[in-house]
Amino acid sequence: MIRVQNLTKMYGSRAAVHSISFHIQKGEIVGFLGPNGAGKTTTMRVLTCYMPATSGSASIAGHDVFTESMAVRRVIGYLPENTPLDLHMRTREYLNFRGKIRGLDRASRQAAIARVAEQCWLGDFIDRPIQQLSKGMRQRVGLADALLHDPQVLILDEPTVGLDPTQIRETRNLVRELAKRHTVLLSSHILPEIEATCQRIIIIAAGKIVASGSPDELKRRIREGSRLIVEVAGPSDAVAKAIRGIGGVSKVDCHSDTGCNRLTIETAKDGDPREKIYQTVKEKNWSMRELRLEQGSLEEFFVRITAEQSRVAREEVHA
Amino acid sequence: MMTRVAALTQRELAATFLSPVAYIVAAVFLVASGYLFMSNTLIEGGEASMRFMLESMAWLLVFAIPMLTMRVLADEYATGTIESLMTAPVTDVEVVIGKFLGVLIFYVALLLTTVVHVVLLFKYGAEDLGIVMYGYLGMVLLGAMYVSVGLFASSLTRYQLVAALIGMGILAIFTVLVNGLASWKGGQWRVVLGYVNVFHHFKDFSRGILDTGSIVFFLSTTLFFLFLAVKVMESKRWR
Repeated sequence: MIRVQNLTKMYGSRAAVHSISFHIQKGEIVGFLGPNGAGKTTTMRVLTCYMPATSGSASIAGHDVFTESMAVRRVIGYLPENTPLDLHMRTREYLNFRGKIRGLDRASRQAAIARVAEQCWLGDFIDRPIQQLSKGMRQRVGLADALLHDPQVLILDEPTVGLDPTQIRETRNLVRELAKRHTVLLSSHILPEIEATCQRIIIIAAGKIVASGSPDELKRRIREGSRLIVEVAGPSDAVAKAIRGIGGVSKVDCHSDTGCNRLTIETAKDGDPREKIYQTVKEKNWSMRELRLEQGSLEEFFVRITAEQSRVAREEVHA
Repeated sequence: MMTRVAALTQRELAATFLSPVAYIVAAVFLVASGYLFMSNTLIEGGEASMRFMLESMAWLLVFAIPMLTMRVLADEYATGTIESLMTAPVTDVEVVIGKFLGVLIFYVALLLTTVVHVVLLFKYGAEDLGIVMYGYLGMVLLGAMYVSVGLFASSLTRYQLVAALIGMGILAIFTVLVNGLASWKGGQWRVVLGYVNVFHHFKDFSRGILDTGSIVFFLSTTLFFLFLAVKVMESKRWR
């Protein structure tokens, strides 16, 4: 449904997006995750025909975004970042206008407005001026607009930013509901957001795709990088040495404080040396205060790889 | 195409009628036209024609119309609504035409309020309605050209004030500057400068002469600036 091939977008000499490629199947719900300034909005703007790419290609529902811009615009519903709306209009007026420029006739406009008003809980504020609406309400008006023409593809740029927790949960449910009939690409810089709604996550940092996969796949990759935390009372050098000697332990970091050693242990890919550690400590007659497996969260993984990317990007600039 | 342009025109017209600037411009326009009419035409021995008022208004509009048009595109860029607009299935041409018509209709509505002076004029002696009609046709053509210049100026920037100043600047070139240059240089230059002198062309209308050359001048400059506005919108996308 969405095909992106070696897409690059330069702003002057700086690449906002650097040769990214991905495919999204029909009916998929994909999350675009990355820190601010990673290139999420730029990619979405290219996909929605707001700006052309510097090189590479992208197509939606078989239409090229550059050469068949109008066809693409007809099949997508787009919620831009910060939800720009015509503040001087009332919600109904605005949706009516948006319906007109999308070529819906009067009857289908009315039906569509009634439908999206229900889907997005516009309820009582459909006849209020948009100027008076709160951020969360405006967000829903923007979403209603994106859904108005029942598009095949929905592109939502930070749909839950500025919403309160209840609204975030409602929006999540709505997006999940929508994914049954539409293909959805949404972006966020908050991980739990995407973890909760998306079947697939594409992590982007400094204009490049750094990881992609289902939340479970990504979690599996993270588990490989899990660590053990051990606290043992005993002579620090001896403790560190003994534990380094255990099979399956790849790296040990030892902090000593008032006779107690706190060790952070990185383990080899497979194999869990926890029993062996316990045995060793017992044999030496040291006392153990803590022994636990610290499983990396998706959050941590995200922070790690994005920090890594930003560091690489900085070094490239200096080089 | 037509329904989309109509929708855009309607939106622009609503936005204009809801903006305080439009009312200030309208108030100044009405006060000025009334004053000009009263102090120069509606006096003993005054010339029984709309000529003086219309020619003075053509002057005043150099400042008034850029104030009406400054918002149209600059504000879309400033608030980001351009993004939701240009990702909907509408072309740049449709957007420019829609906005142009929206402001033009507001201007024509404003112009129609001066018809009250025409009524007074005929009550106190004028007889040739044709001349007055030509004068108003000239005002509409001139207004269309001014609006297109203002729209082009508004496409260049996201700051409304800058857009207004650029618009006034361009219109000043077509009016004040060429007038000044022509009287300074004289000779062959006078003829050339006369071709681009808005007032020169407008005088044909206000005096009741129907010159196709003047009609062509107003229509072609209008199209030219609308074309430029479309090109600016296109080029902004690449930046």
